[in-house]
Amino acid sequence: MHNYTIAELIKGLQNNEFSSVELTQHFLDRISQINDDYNAIITVTGEQALNSATLADQRLSLGDAPAMCGIPILHKDIFCTDGVRTSCGSKMLDNFIPPYNATVVENFARDGAVMLGKTNMDEFAMGSSNETSFYGPVKNPWATDSVPGGSSGGSAAAIAARLAPGATATDTGGSIRQPAALCGISGLKPTYGRVSRWGMIAFASSLDQAGPMARTAEDCAILLNCMASFDEKDSTSVDKNVPDYTASLGNSVKGLKIGIPKEYFSEGLHPGTEMAVRKALADLEAQGAELVEISLPNSELSVPAYYVIAPAEASANLSRFDGVKYGYRCENPKDLHDMYCRSRAEGFGEEVQRRILIGTYCLSAGYYDAYYGKAQQVRQLIQQDFSEAFKSVDLIMGPTCPSPAFKFGAKGDDPVAMYLEDIYTIATNLAGLPGMSVPCGIVEDKPVGLQIIGNYFDEARMLNVAHQFQQITNWHQQTPEAIS
Amino acid sequence: MSWETVIGLEVHVQLATKTKIFSAASTAFGATPNSQACAIDLAMPGTLPVLNKQAVNYAIMFGLAIDADICQESVFERKNYFYPDLPKGYQTTQLEKPIVGRGSVTIQLADGSEKAIGIHHAHLEEDAGKSTHEGNLPHGMSGVDLNRAGTPLIEIVSEPDMRSAEEAIAFAKKLHSIVTSINICDGEMSQGSMRFDVNVSVRPIGSSVLGTRTETKNLNSFKFMEEAIEREVERQIDLIEDGGIVAQETRLYNGDTKVAKSMRSKEEANDYRYFPCPDLLPVLISDATIEELRQALPELPDARQKRFVSQYALSDYDANIIANDSNMSAFFEVVAEGSNNAKLAANWVMGELSGALNNADLNFSGSPVSPQQLAGMVARIEDNSISGKMAKLVFEAMWKGEGTADEIIQAKGLKQVSDSGALEKIVAEVLDANLAMVEDFINSDESKRKKKLGGFMGQIMKASKGQANPQQVNQILLQKLNELL
Amino acid sequence: MTIERKEIEKLATLSRLAIDEKTIADVTGRLSSVLALVDQLQSANTDSLQEISRPFHTSQRLRDDEVSETDQREAFQAIAPETHNGLFTVPKMIE
Repeated sequence: MHNYTIAELIKGLQNNEFSSVELTQHFLDRISQINDDYNAIITVTGEQALNSATLADQRLSLGDAPAMCGIPILHKDIFCTDGVRTSCGSKMLDNFIPPYNATVVENFARDGAVMLGKTNMDEFAMGSSNETSFYGPVKNPWATDSVPGGSSGGSAAAIAARLAPGATATDTGGSIRQPAALCGISGLKPTYGRVSRWGMIAFASSLDQAGPMARTAEDCAILLNCMASFDEKDSTSVDKNVPDYTASLGNSVKGLKIGIPKEYFSEGLHPGTEMAVRKALADLEAQGAELVEISLPNSELSVPAYYVIAPAEASANLSRFDGVKYGYRCENPKDLHDMYCRSRAEGFGEEVQRRILIGTYCLSAGYYDAYYGKAQQVRQLIQQDFSEAFKSVDLIMGPTCPSPAFKFGAKGDDPVAMYLEDIYTIATNLAGLPGMSVPCGIVEDKPVGLQIIGNYFDEARMLNVAHQFQQITNWHQQTPEAIS
Repeated sequence: MSWETVIGLEVHVQLATKTKIFSAASTAFGATPNSQACAIDLAMPGTLPVLNKQAVNYAIMFGLAIDADICQESVFERKNYFYPDLPKGYQTTQLEKPIVGRGSVTIQLADGSEKAIGIHHAHLEEDAGKSTHEGNLPHGMSGVDLNRAGTPLIEIVSEPDMRSAEEAIAFAKKLHSIVTSINICDGEMSQGSMRFDVNVSVRPIGSSVLGTRTETKNLNSFKFMEEAIEREVERQIDLIEDGGIVAQETRLYNGDTKVAKSMRSKEEANDYRYFPCPDLLPVLISDATIEELRQALPELPDARQKRFVSQYALSDYDANIIANDSNMSAFFEVVAEGSNNAKLAANWVMGELSGALNNADLNFSGSPVSPQQLAGMVARIEDNSISGKMAKLVFEAMWKGEGTADEIIQAKGLKQVSDSGALEKIVAEVLDANLAMVEDFINSDESKRKKKLGGFMGQIMKASKGQANPQQVNQILLQKLNELL
Repeated sequence: MTIERKEIEKLATLSRLAIDEKTIADVTGRLSSVLALVDQLQSANTDSLQEISRPFHTSQRLRDDEVSETDQREAFQAIAPETHNGLFTVPKMIE
């Protein structure tokens, strides 16, 4: 059952091949047997899951249940879940049990999906390797000495290890796409404003977006159907009709113009990755797509711009973690100042503290214009690159990551080396465009991803092309050795 | 050395919306601690702000009332600092593009002159919660109530155009009267609906350079503001004359102890690191919205003052006092219309009623005497049913809740005797009973006679138990005395 | 560009992070390398570009002024570090 896709599980439930309770129990058993090997899941909500599954079965028997009814999923531990600990991968929130649901969680609960638990992640979503979690690193099921990517490393690893057929995740600079690529699964970051941020713990408000992770593009489409909604509680939520993302999966790619940015194929790109990606593009060309070389001239500026904007916004977003209303408070504070400084220094890990300091610096008096102000202007340059490109192409494609999964500690001492992991994904967050990653090869026994970038609100077309690619290839069906 | 005082004000006005600026929790005053602080107000993880339409409308209305430009694409910024009553660790406010631009307000001074005071801008922001440091708290702890957190404020920043405490108070009172007249604020100073920060500096007369200013924060009464300004001006002048330098600092004034002190903080001045709030979008305001609000804007105090002069023939002075207090204005108009004597109505409202309310620490909305009741009483003075003196008794009785003017007049038999027959009788009796006085009157010089009338009046009022109509009595008395001459 | 130790201390105070001797050197080095990365921004020609905070231009939605939140003090304070009689309590600030 754990090898079925969500689409197959939906059919199975509808055809009474198994019940949601059986399905849920199966995954819960797998989790208890296997999760320790990968540390993908922080909190398992077994009892709650079985209760939901029971209700889902009742609903299914009445007929006309929503697509996600009875389907087990995992939520990244960045989404607030009513009555269930939501840690954000941090000691700061180790004891935080929110009395409310994120809208994303609410949408799935409303449709009868079954929550199996909360997945591990880089602390406060800051990282590209899931090495910074308070709950310990997540191991890549393809190679346990290697990282799964981050910050949604837990969700990605869980799906690769078949601990759940689908999971929610978030992407601020590549945190869905990069772990999806490194774990050999599919993941999509929607257009900024497509999915509500209510109840999703904020890292960088103008960049964060929630999205689905699963093994296939079709599954991502099913999950996105549920996740996407206009939410009045989120001022940045866009009031735009949500199409049925599964409806157009079958369209042909003939005549589709695919832009290949030359800046994404320069030095620093692992040759094995490049070969896999070029093969994937050739496959699409063989199906009738047209490959067009394009340029995104300001690409190089995206990493520095991001590493000003994201920490700056994060430094303000994380100020609320002060030990006053919820979360961690240090022991025996001498006075208020001591309480603030020690609660935060003890509650936050090193990378989070570093980013807060950088962000504070970039917003400081005397530095604002040169850093934050400048970065926001540069952001416009990056957006202009994309809008120029989309005048002549329908989608943009290239590698998701510069190389396959690196070993733990490989990027240890040099934060900039870690930041360059995001070099291909970051620009889409800065522009607010949708991006996704699908598996397109195995290099040195580890998966490699193909990135698809669409124009605003063009998720349906991206999922369509990804699905068509998955009809003619089987990278998405590959299983890590340890799992099969 | 002659000194000039330069004063600027920053005024925080709590907008009278039902809900907070960014959440749908209630803003009602006096709730139990933290019962009106929702997840957004508590800065729970993942919560997001959504802007209150009414707060925007009220800000626009204020801008229109001071003839300011309305910024049609205004932006919110985050002002970052740590304090327990600031749950997010930043305040959402406006810096670069505030919703209301430059405007101006006219103040009237005691000598009858007028002066325009510039307003630099007014912006929207959220209020913080309240910290308590004393009371029933565990040892060494402070308590935080976040009910107030998120209440919408407009912060009004004046130009440093004021040159005396009098001007500053007049400006503050004028703002109070504007915001209450257009109903965007309830004006309850004791509840913190308006709070004033005063920036004060001094310089030698004739100098065009501004001296170093100090800021005295969080004053919530006009009286305390006046005291704080006067003390600070004196302190600065003394300091400079003694060879010292005024330090730029923040100060607090305690109106109860009359002590002002410097808020010296451990670290350097805070770097607030303002940046546009990414959770909010630019607030676009259409011409149509502005026009709609302009049409619906309630009468402003200056316009009301002019109307009181023309409609009710009040003096400039009386009109100024009443028009600038919207509660008093509303009360006055009911009394004026109901009694048909605006002048008397004005006297009673400004005089007896205001005095009584002041002593009882009440405001017009809490008056035990309703405007209709007062109108009824003034009408009886107007139609000569009672004398002014009797009216005082009636007023006292109404205040105690003894009923309407007519009911009281009836019950106490206070109806003025204006029946000339009855009055003639009383006057005649008094003259007969005081022949020596009459003799004295006849034998006096004309110049001394007027004074002696008082004696007769006293007797007559006594004999009539105060109910004789004094004007009529006077007439009759003079007539009778003249007959005897 | 390198960042001075004094600067780090100031930043740590502004952001209320207790920072000890051991980590100051480490943080100084790492921050400096990040800032070197970030300095690349200066080469960009951004004349006549506005600062924008969001990808596409939209305007702030306005909410009707109606109360819809109820008293949830009990639920919220159940997860608070310390409370007393309905107040959140914190150590006093020493002036």
